[in-house]
Amino acid sequence: MARKLPATDVLIVGLGWTGSILAHELARSGLNIVAIERGPWRDTATDFPPAYAQDELRYHIRHDLFLRPAQLTMTFRNRASETALPIRSWGSFMPPNGVGGGGVHWNAETWRFLPSDFQMKTHLTERYGEKFLPGDMTIQDWGITYDELEPYYDKFEYLCGTSGKAGNIKGQIQTGGNPFEGARAREYPTPPQKQPYGPTLFAQAAKDMGYKPFPQPSGNLSQAYTNPLGITLGPCTYCGFCEWFGCGNYSKASPQTTILPALVRQPNFEARTQCEVLKINLDGSGKRATGVTYVDTSGNEWEQPADLVLLCAFQLFNVHLLLVSGIGKPYDPRANEGVIGRNYSYQVTSSVDAFFDDKIFNPFIASGSIGMCIDEFNGDNFDHGPHGFVGGGYMGAVQTNGRPLQTTRTPKGTPRWGLEWKEAVAKNYLSNYEAVTHGSCCSYRDVYCDLDPTYTDRFGRKLMRITFDFHENELKMSQYLTGRLAEVVQKMGPRQFETKPRRGPYDVTVYQTTHTCGGAIMGADPKSSALNRYLQSWDVSNLFVMGATAFPQNAGYNPTDTVGALAYWAADAIVKQYLKSPGPLVQI
Amino acid sequence: MIINKLQLNSPDDVGSGMPRPPQARPGIRRRELMLTTATTLLFSTHAVLARVVQDSLPWEQNAGSPPTEATPGPWTYFTAEEGATVEALVDRLIPPDPQTPGGKDAGCAVFIDRQLAGPYGTAEELYMRGPFADGTPQQGNQSPLTPAVRYREALAALDKYCRATYAGRSFTQIPDNDKDKLLSGLEKGQVHLEGTSGRAFFELLLQNTQEGFFADPVYGGNRNMVGWKMIGYPGARYDYRDWVDRHNERYPLPPVGITGRPEWVRKAQ
Amino acid sequence: MKMRNLMTLALAAYMTGTIGAWAAEDGQSFEKIERGRYLAVLGDCVSCHTAPGGKPFAGGAALETPFGALIGPNITPDVATGVGAWSEEDFRRAMHEGIGRGGARLYPAMPYPAYTKVTRDDVSAIWAYLRSLDPVRNEVQPNQLRFPFNVRRPATSTWDLINFQPGVFQPNPSKSDVWNRGAYLVEGLGHCGTCHTPKNITGGDRGSEALQGALLQDWYAPDLTEDPRTGIGSWSIEEIVRYLKTGANSYDIASGPMAEAVSNSTSKMTDADLLAIATYLKDRAPRSGRAVTALAAANPRMVAGQAIYEDRCAACHSRSGAGVPNLFPRLASAPLIQSVDPTSLIRAVLIGSRAVATSAAPTAPAMPAFGWNLNDTEVADVLTYVRNTWGNAASAVQPEDVSKLRERLSSR
Repeated sequence: MARKLPATDVLIVGLGWTGSILAHELARSGLNIVAIERGPWRDTATDFPPAYAQDELRYHIRHDLFLRPAQLTMTFRNRASETALPIRSWGSFMPPNGVGGGGVHWNAETWRFLPSDFQMKTHLTERYGEKFLPGDMTIQDWGITYDELEPYYDKFEYLCGTSGKAGNIKGQIQTGGNPFEGARAREYPTPPQKQPYGPTLFAQAAKDMGYKPFPQPSGNLSQAYTNPLGITLGPCTYCGFCEWFGCGNYSKASPQTTILPALVRQPNFEARTQCEVLKINLDGSGKRATGVTYVDTSGNEWEQPADLVLLCAFQLFNVHLLLVSGIGKPYDPRANEGVIGRNYSYQVTSSVDAFFDDKIFNPFIASGSIGMCIDEFNGDNFDHGPHGFVGGGYMGAVQTNGRPLQTTRTPKGTPRWGLEWKEAVAKNYLSNYEAVTHGSCCSYRDVYCDLDPTYTDRFGRKLMRITFDFHENELKMSQYLTGRLAEVVQKMGPRQFETKPRRGPYDVTVYQTTHTCGGAIMGADPKSSALNRYLQSWDVSNLFVMGATAFPQNAGYNPTDTVGALAYWAADAIVKQYLKSPGPLVQI
Repeated sequence: MIINKLQLNSPDDVGSGMPRPPQARPGIRRRELMLTTATTLLFSTHAVLARVVQDSLPWEQNAGSPPTEATPGPWTYFTAEEGATVEALVDRLIPPDPQTPGGKDAGCAVFIDRQLAGPYGTAEELYMRGPFADGTPQQGNQSPLTPAVRYREALAALDKYCRATYAGRSFTQIPDNDKDKLLSGLEKGQVHLEGTSGRAFFELLLQNTQEGFFADPVYGGNRNMVGWKMIGYPGARYDYRDWVDRHNERYPLPPVGITGRPEWVRKAQ
Repeated sequence: MKMRNLMTLALAAYMTGTIGAWAAEDGQSFEKIERGRYLAVLGDCVSCHTAPGGKPFAGGAALETPFGALIGPNITPDVATGVGAWSEEDFRRAMHEGIGRGGARLYPAMPYPAYTKVTRDDVSAIWAYLRSLDPVRNEVQPNQLRFPFNVRRPATSTWDLINFQPGVFQPNPSKSDVWNRGAYLVEGLGHCGTCHTPKNITGGDRGSEALQGALLQDWYAPDLTEDPRTGIGSWSIEEIVRYLKTGANSYDIASGPMAEAVSNSTSKMTDADLLAIATYLKDRAPRSGRAVTALAAANPRMVAGQAIYEDRCAACHSRSGAGVPNLFPRLASAPLIQSVDPTSLIRAVLIGSRAVATSAAPTAPAMPAFGWNLNDTEVADVLTYVRNTWGNAASAVQPEDVSKLRERLSSR
């Protein structure tokens, strides 16, 4: 039986990027805020100092910073005809845990979505006609526009100190930036990072082919930066330990390096760590959240009442908590009804591996988000008419790491062990290069999340079940994108190269990205979305749900910049509208 | 309620008044609700208790959770026979050559032994609740057995297979050619071990062997950083600012491990 | 709950007003209490007289001395356990003469050798402020010294004859008002010398070496003289003000006991007072140190130190030792790095350190602990390298010093 605690004004579930942003924005309103975080407090010098932060085995292979599947996992199947089985060890994606959330161990690739991405359904229908889209594709418009979100993108990027080169400032195309991007109000806060050899070669090859290469926008900073909260970040040292790792020298934008030092100083804020929220509680009407129930490390259950609940956990856990709390109608793919679990989507990545004879790339000199990219094949930047698919992605030479367990690539046909393998690894380590595509993923009627009928967590809660496979549209897209990428790579002059488009079926054991999306999406219609345009639950108006959970489908970019922008957008709506008049912000 | 309070309480009011008392352990307060003694810590290589963070960033002297260095010495998980077999196995997966030692001398078997004796070996952090069922390859490993048990069973089955196939000899006693043939058979699923999947064991062993060859030496493998030296990886370094735009040049500094490198030791004058 | 929250907040919001009303009854003016409150900030009374997590001024913070621990007493106006029964004259004698109520000599952990310089008027204002506090009942046993130091001190003590010169601050008419204000704060209420002035064998100040740097509680409070190498000779007045106000400047970030002083005291001082302090400090003579030559780069301990530095330190402090303002202290040409006594440096490398957070510079970066990673010789060599590179010059750090400090820190 849970013991009841004194009420608070605002209860935040999960203290990652969105929880930190919301807490900081709302703390300025003087409200009492309690953030409940399942994982531990995490601090640079304590948890990932530059003496053992660079431990590939511990952090990459053994998943030290991530949630333990023993604590909570989900079940998976490719299609509804299969029996879902638990993901016993993480593979395809890495659910975060602890203060800072995924912000601790991201690569810090900080992209905005294209303006047309936010009106994907309308835009594509207008350009190609309704029949161009597969019948089971369930893509939707977001209910907001790029222009509405722009100031909040700006705010998040200036919080982070993002390093990059603008391609479009107030409609003026800028040389050296991404000419396809939506108009931004001003230049990036800091200039682009330096580029190693591989991206430089790639950019030259792309330019020679008539493309417009530009530096990838990076949350690993090119120079020291003090953000509007007064917090200082250091310059990135290109150590090559970003994704999967915490940054040891304060140079990667994260809640730790951009918000938390200021947030903890707010006298009306407190964080409770190592406390796991079991469910969001509702009143008798089912229309109002009364708080949450959580359990601490001793196994004691506590009820924390609150006037406003902000669900800020990782995308998968947001959906899970909504399902186990009975908030919103669960999605039923047969009837095509219900909203919780609907429009789950992912990311479609692929690569081209190239092997050179006379080049030294020093792959270990890296940052999670250096690299030179082209955007000609993203979104609807090219005519899809002849190709028979929709969507796209950026592509480029992105030098994220040279960690030997991850990046000892060998040419096709090399044995996986023995002397030949050993020689091939020694020969190719410094002189191979992997270029990548980062493609969009549409949503489909038969791709969704619901509660598993069989498997439970240690509290007896049903695990969430993911039913997901790549669809033909995405596989065609990946084939096309990877082919275009291979043309650029070939121009870099390798001895040999291998084109590796994404192929089905989706394999949950092979790491691709942690960009799981959707499941409680935002939109204009409560019949097909769980959240209104302010990320407020249509069903429970004192509940807001943050994160990529709200994406109706995924664009061909990394999601964090959009997640951060949406959090600021929602925070603004809460402060300026909701607190003045609590209730639904969008009337149906 | 929120509205009323907002009107009464402008942001400027918050925190005015008395200076705040200094705290010995800034930022940490264990409150009544956290005080119950926890006898077991869940998921815990580095678990800490629930706590409340307020006012300032938590910090304690000597804070951190550096890795525990694998100590040399006898096997901690393997029996002597198992250890010898694994040494022989890793030395075929990564054979010695004139430039670089093989898996055995690189410490791969020691690495695997220490890993199996720890939380990795016991699958402490993985989801191990039933029911267990075989799924599709895309659903991943569904074995109810921990890595430590999988090694024990597979090594016993391998031994049985060898003795039956090679006139009573163990894996360590057969010629390298036969060892390689056997390994290749396991890899392709052509050699069947009794009561266990030879192919699954091969994958596990290959993965762990490469881990032992390339992971930081602190874990007992990659002895003298031989794996890193072989490929030209400078190890646990953290600052390449001076090198990022020196294109197509070989990086000059030797590798460093978490516990350091020989140059850290003062030379006698 | 809502109601209680509301009341707490209302209380905080209107506290100033409440004090005013209460003070009027007491015959005190609001203005005087407010002045006293600020003077108590200047004197950093709260640091010693507040227990970790305890009520402000209710006593209980232990000050470790070579002779045992002293605990700051309860100075709230509680009659039984605080200073509720004291008269203003009792308080004045404590501040000016080091004599407590009932004639007992205070231990000089209460910095009366500095507070004696505080004007009567200011003492009176501080007293008015203390009287305005809520009485807190909290029994404190201040004297936890070891025998024989714990024996009650006689009213006339030898210690005071040697070390204590009573008398209110006398302005120097040849200097500016700003200078004199600075001198008054540094030598008086600010009691900077309590930490920064070397002590004689009895624990008293070595007056001739005022503010030249001193060791206490395994921290080295650095040289505050104009010495360009070990002192603040290269710091401008603006940089000193910024350091005291925000905890960080282009060179350094406060941590350890100075972090507490910045947090509780200097960050809350007016810009005028900070300017006065800086003006006074900049006008003092450099310490009379001997010239020091840097160790040769080829020295084996320098060679080893450089390897360790590049692998473990350069990622933050940079290979050039330049650091990053507000984040990573500068090591090149840094006074603290070249201190006569490297204790603070050894300490930071062994057990780490958290920098101060202020609203102007909230980052509060932390130095990780390297005691698990580096042995005594390695700690000594990397510090020797840092102390003798980029134009720095200072004595080599000895492994034995690291070993001793390691032992002391682990026994705490």
